[in-house]
Amino acid sequence: MQDIKKTSSVMTDTPKSHRRSRGLNWGDPFFKSATFLFAMLVLTILSGIVIVLFIDAWPALKQFGPAFIWTSSWNPVKDSYGAFVPLVGTIETAVIAMVIGVPFSFGMAFFLTEMCPHWLRQPIAIAIELLAAVPSIIYGIWGLFVLVPICQKYVEPFLIATLGSVPILGHLFQGPPIGIGVFLAGIILALMILPFITSVMREVFAAVPAVLRESAYGLGATRWEVVWRVVLPYSRVGVVGAVMLGLGRALGETMAVTFVIGNAHRLSMSLLAPGTTISATLANEFTEADGELYTASLIALGLVLFILTFAVLAIGKRMLLRTSGKGGLA
Amino acid sequence: MSVPATKLNTMNRAHVRRRLRFDSAMTVLSLLMTAAVLVTLGAILVTLLYNGLQAIKPSLFLESTPAPGSEGGLANAIFGSLVMTAISVAIATPVGVMAGTFLAEYARQSKLAEFVRFINDVLLSAPSIIIGLFVYGVVVLGMGHFSAWAGIAALAIIAVPIIVRTTEDMLSLIPDSLREAGAALGTPRWKVITYISYRAAFQGILTGILLAIARVSGETAPLLFTALNNQFWSTNLNAPMANLPVVIFQFAMSPYEDWRSLAWGGALLITTAVLALNIVARLSSKGKRS
Repeated sequence: MQDIKKTSSVMTDTPKSHRRSRGLNWGDPFFKSATFLFAMLVLTILSGIVIVLFIDAWPALKQFGPAFIWTSSWNPVKDSYGAFVPLVGTIETAVIAMVIGVPFSFGMAFFLTEMCPHWLRQPIAIAIELLAAVPSIIYGIWGLFVLVPICQKYVEPFLIATLGSVPILGHLFQGPPIGIGVFLAGIILALMILPFITSVMREVFAAVPAVLRESAYGLGATRWEVVWRVVLPYSRVGVVGAVMLGLGRALGETMAVTFVIGNAHRLSMSLLAPGTTISATLANEFTEADGELYTASLIALGLVLFILTFAVLAIGKRMLLRTSGKGGLA
Repeated sequence: MSVPATKLNTMNRAHVRRRLRFDSAMTVLSLLMTAAVLVTLGAILVTLLYNGLQAIKPSLFLESTPAPGSEGGLANAIFGSLVMTAISVAIATPVGVMAGTFLAEYARQSKLAEFVRFINDVLLSAPSIIIGLFVYGVVVLGMGHFSAWAGIAALAIIAVPIIVRTTEDMLSLIPDSLREAGAALGTPRWKVITYISYRAAFQGILTGILLAIARVSGETAPLLFTALNNQFWSTNLNAPMANLPVVIFQFAMSPYEDWRSLAWGGALLITTAVLALNIVARLSSKGKRS
């Protein structure tokens, strides 16, 4: 890398006579600054997003102050808004998605790296990546028309009958089984983030040196023990990074959630009740919002979501960078 | 496993058996999990085909979105999606390729490159609805009305980081010896990049662009309050424009049976297009890497 920089500086320092006769030299500074400007455009977009959201949300921020975060009323008639209900919904659905999605991703990464016969690895990996490519609106429409009836008829009555009577935990599974709600939104999110987490986990698992694995097998460890006690501890940071990336996606996902969550501005102990998330609230109400404060409050919600996902993604990236640093080229 | 069983006392044997049993339980569990996910993927595709194919008929491509209860198709939405996707990717491609070039060819491991890379990754996974809000604040409020241009801007902002990322990845796969060979012949840096690096990485960069098209064509959230929707055929980029994702959203959420059927038809179209683009992209990049 260093060498090419040196060669290039030698290269541009051709004798003056050459420069003039060939007329070559305007190209380099021009091309370099053009690429530089476009790279800066990426930075401009991101800072632009922060600035514009902040300015547009200002009326709401000024009116409600930090209390906006923990105020639970959302009342367009009285012009009083708070982010608490959608914020809780966002975190709730994301947590459900992680609780279901992470073990599944780990199981699939385990299967793909440790047991899957070679000829089958590629097809399954491609299938998983295709699952990642399916647009979120397809998950939404599928969830609404296929998963909601199934949940309503079988899954939720079962949950209410079994877990509903457990002390403390039971509060989460009470109420009528209507299908639509926070629980189903979490399941769909789990399905959507699965492929992302699985493929990153697969990469970090594959990056574990073979010597480590072989020594563990040589000591008589079972396959599970190799993964759980050797591979996982070694790639711990990368796995957490993968989970954080998945969490970042789950927090910001809009369409799939909007279809199935029921869009109710209401706090409920039960996971089976309809709720809302920040992104679902935006998708549903933004074009219908009249009045400066209403719109500003919605944009302030967006700002909260952006800060939340930014923090989660930044932490996730940091952790993945640390692991890739170990293995050289990413 | 291959340890002679006679040498083990009973306690050890029980311990080994427990370990082996746990191992097989976990093996079976992970197999079941993988199977469950693959079955779900299959189920999504099957329901999509089953419901979507019923809506596929000539009128779907020839007529505009109907009022509930009357006959119609998705022609205006298909047209709108094609136009907005095409223009947004056409804008995003030069931006993304140039920025990726800066990272891979000039800045490389510098602090600035690390920073731009990080910001690009954040932008790559930022919630797309936030990008919609941003474009609403800048373009829609700026112009005073919803328009296809606003939708195009939002989609382009989503496409840029994808193209930056793949361009950079692909350019950094090119061995430096190729660049040095070019430089040794006295070729200026920009010619080395455009004539040697770009050519060597061409297929990879193209893959990135295809993936960007695939991603952009299914995006719904950023279009909700930028391009909005239009019930009629419109070619005016200064006015709201129909597009498949938003039409699917509105029709699927409606109580009308014929609207829902059209939504399934649109969903099948989008999924087919997106999956086909992904498969083509994967095939072309696979041939390159090996």
